[in-house]
Amino acid sequence: MAQAIQFDPIRLPPEADRLREEVREFLRGEIAAGAFDPHDPAGDAFNREFSRRVGARGWIGMTWPKRYGGQERSYLERYVVNEELLLARAPTRAHFTGDRQSGPVLLRYAPEHIRLDVLPRICRGEVTFCIGMSEPDSGSDLFAAKTRAERDGDGWVVNGRKLWTSGAHHADYMIGLFRTSPPTNANRRHGLTQFLVPLRTTSGISTRPVVNAAGGHDFNEVLFEGARLPGDHVLGEVDGAWKQATSELAYERSGSERFLETIHALIELLRDLGPEPGVREAEGVGRLIAQLHTMRRMSISVAGMLAAGKEPVVEASIVKDLGTNWEQALPDRVRRLAAFVERSERLDAVLAHDTVIAPKLTIQGGTREILRGIIARGLGLR
Amino acid sequence: MEDGMSLVAGTCERVFRDCALPQAIALDPENGEWRGALWSALEETGLATAWVPEEAGGAGASVREGFEALRAAGRHAAAAPLADTLVAGLMLARAGLDVPAGKLAVAPVRSGDRIRLRADGILSGRAGRVPFGREAEHVAVIARADGGDGRGRGDGSDGGSGGGGGYRVALVERARCGLVEGSSLAGDPLDRLDFEGVAPLAVGGRPVSRDEARLFGAASRAALIAGALQAILDLSVDYSRERVAFERPIAKFQAVQQELARLAGEAAAANAAANSAAWALENHDAESDAVLVEVASVKVRAGEAAHAGALIAHQVHGAIGYSREHVLHRYTHRLWAWRDEYGDESEWALRLGEHFARLGADGMWPALTGI
Ligand SMILES: Cc1cc2nc3c(=O)[nH]c(=O)nc-3n(C[C@H](O)[C@H](O)[C@H](O)COP(=O)(O)OP(=O)(O)OC[C@H]3O[C@@H](n4cnc5c(N)ncnc54)[C@H](O)[C@@H]3O)c2cc1C
Repeated sequence: MAQAIQFDPIRLPPEADRLREEVREFLRGEIAAGAFDPHDPAGDAFNREFSRRVGARGWIGMTWPKRYGGQERSYLERYVVNEELLLARAPTRAHFTGDRQSGPVLLRYAPEHIRLDVLPRICRGEVTFCIGMSEPDSGSDLFAAKTRAERDGDGWVVNGRKLWTSGAHHADYMIGLFRTSPPTNANRRHGLTQFLVPLRTTSGISTRPVVNAAGGHDFNEVLFEGARLPGDHVLGEVDGAWKQATSELAYERSGSERFLETIHALIELLRDLGPEPGVREAEGVGRLIAQLHTMRRMSISVAGMLAAGKEPVVEASIVKDLGTNWEQALPDRVRRLAAFVERSERLDAVLAHDTVIAPKLTIQGGTREILRGIIARGLGLR
Repeated sequence: MEDGMSLVAGTCERVFRDCALPQAIALDPENGEWRGALWSALEETGLATAWVPEEAGGAGASVREGFEALRAAGRHAAAAPLADTLVAGLMLARAGLDVPAGKLAVAPVRSGDRIRLRADGILSGRAGRVPFGREAEHVAVIARADGGDGRGRGDGSDGGSGGGGGYRVALVERARCGLVEGSSLAGDPLDRLDFEGVAPLAVGGRPVSRDEARLFGAASRAALIAGALQAILDLSVDYSRERVAFERPIAKFQAVQQELARLAGEAAAANAAANSAAWALENHDAESDAVLVEVASVKVRAGEAAHAGALIAHQVHGAIGYSREHVLHRYTHRLWAWRDEYGDESEWALRLGEHFARLGADGMWPALTGI
């Protein structure tokens, strides 16, 4: 029998409620000061000054050790900050990737002097990260990566091309996945290594925008032409990146960003429906809220299990699978529920935006099919 | 036994395994002997009175433990009025009444059914689709007391319906009620009980909320659904590894894997929501918004999961799962039945939607994060 899937009934602790009030107060101040528009679905999400102010509050890298600039606070407190920033449509792009993904990788795998140098700057909101994994011929199948890093004296020389790199045009650093040896017959996953790549100070790296189908510029192509990296920029084991899938991935998969991306469609629908909606509309909204609430409980449960030192990898994949499919379906479900009510311009704008960004939600960060494969493995099917 | 399962749930798991293994029942459907043995065991172990305090002669288990036991019962496709007896015992005890031994039912179960307690102390009205109604020895009737009898006033505890004499719990002998037999999709009793002119054995001194029994009833169905979904996930996974087609176990086909992953997601959602609702019912007042949101959410979400999950499990099993001899239908038919009891998805969704419409666009998020 497969291992039982577990979702402990976890509630946020009182300190998280206090923190939530602080975050809301901070955001009200930012909005009042014109730092961002909470009603603009397509506002500029990159705002360095904003990220610095978030950092000054101690809300970036907040679970990390103090020695690296962190606050040693809990995953559950981080959870609250994250969801409040998302709900307010705060411009977090300058720090989001470093906080969620890259920082934890550095914490685990970077040499101490690099951790001491880079992590505090992430926490202060001063540096932006991007993730260089996908390539033209390597997406779901990361182990097909071809971009090479070859030893050269004490360091490495990188040649090749990364694609779909979100935020590379703003980033100070990339965490890149490069081929350092050919795969072996026994293990096709062998031969890839993670590197810290300083984008601003390394020559031989160029970034070209790739405009997305919604007309926006988020992702990029990043070209490596003889880019030299110092030897101490290797993260973890040379040729052994495949072993480095850890619980951070669980966090990456299960946060509230995995179901809140299109939430404003629901909020604006509620606004247009008013206090006494028709039966059809009220029933539809109720279902959506039941689903949303359940996902939020599941997501908090995963954060709580992480905080308790567990590694809920399958549970996290389930949250992302349910969450991304839900947020992808949401714009159309809202559209149907709004069919017989007068739609405001605001709802129109949200739907116009969310409908065209919806396809990416089940592709980025691992496709639906790949996620379900991970769940199937957890069930013992493969 | 599952990791971290309480003693109560572990006992329930064992009782069902010993007395009512669904596989054995499916193979010998005409033989109903297990029913008596199961119920005796549920009584002897104290499971049947789990929610009755020890002072009142019950087992005094916590709300959470009771729901865990129900999940264990769901894992065995419980064809016994355990959930009904638990909820009835809880309501009777909370109303300050003695809880009789034996099987109990709760009435009404449908939101549209109204039962009145007249000023002369006699009941009027009826309740449709009462699970295991005919088997119950006693019924906990949630009745609206007519005003003016001095026994109760609308004191805000009447579920918001205002005025009148509030709601009371009346203990009724089932044999005195009119009975029209019916059955659920799974063939379990689903009967109409008629209370017209029936004198209760006792009436609780304290007014209760009309909603409390509904909330516990709905959450109890969600717990059963959650358990049954876990069971059909396990059944389906095991079967997919044994069944060979095209010279390999069907578990190796990606299409099968992807569907089972989806079933796992549905089972997980139902279980997580059921856990959360149980927690809320243990820690918050039944009248609170927190309980309303938790229970409405789980009844909607678990009901949706029941449907989607049942169909996936059948698909993975092929024809064998559609045979009467196979155990699967014992689960799937009950999944479909339980989602209708104590309010279906639409009923609770409407209530939830109206609640959030009143809170408004800017009230939704604070409300969700505030519970
Ligand atoms: C908005 C956006 C932002 C992104 N940002 C980044 C980033 O910052 N950094 C980065 O490195 N990458 C990024 N990506 C790339 C993303 O990680 C890949 O798109 C994703 O991993 C899928 O790879 P692919 O696009 O090559 O699709 P493919 O792998 O070619 O997949 C195409 C289709 O085939 C299916 N498929 C593939 N393999 C299997 C299998 N084994 N079983 C079943 N089905 C399969 C997939 O599920 C999908 O439906 C981003 C993508 C998007 C859309």
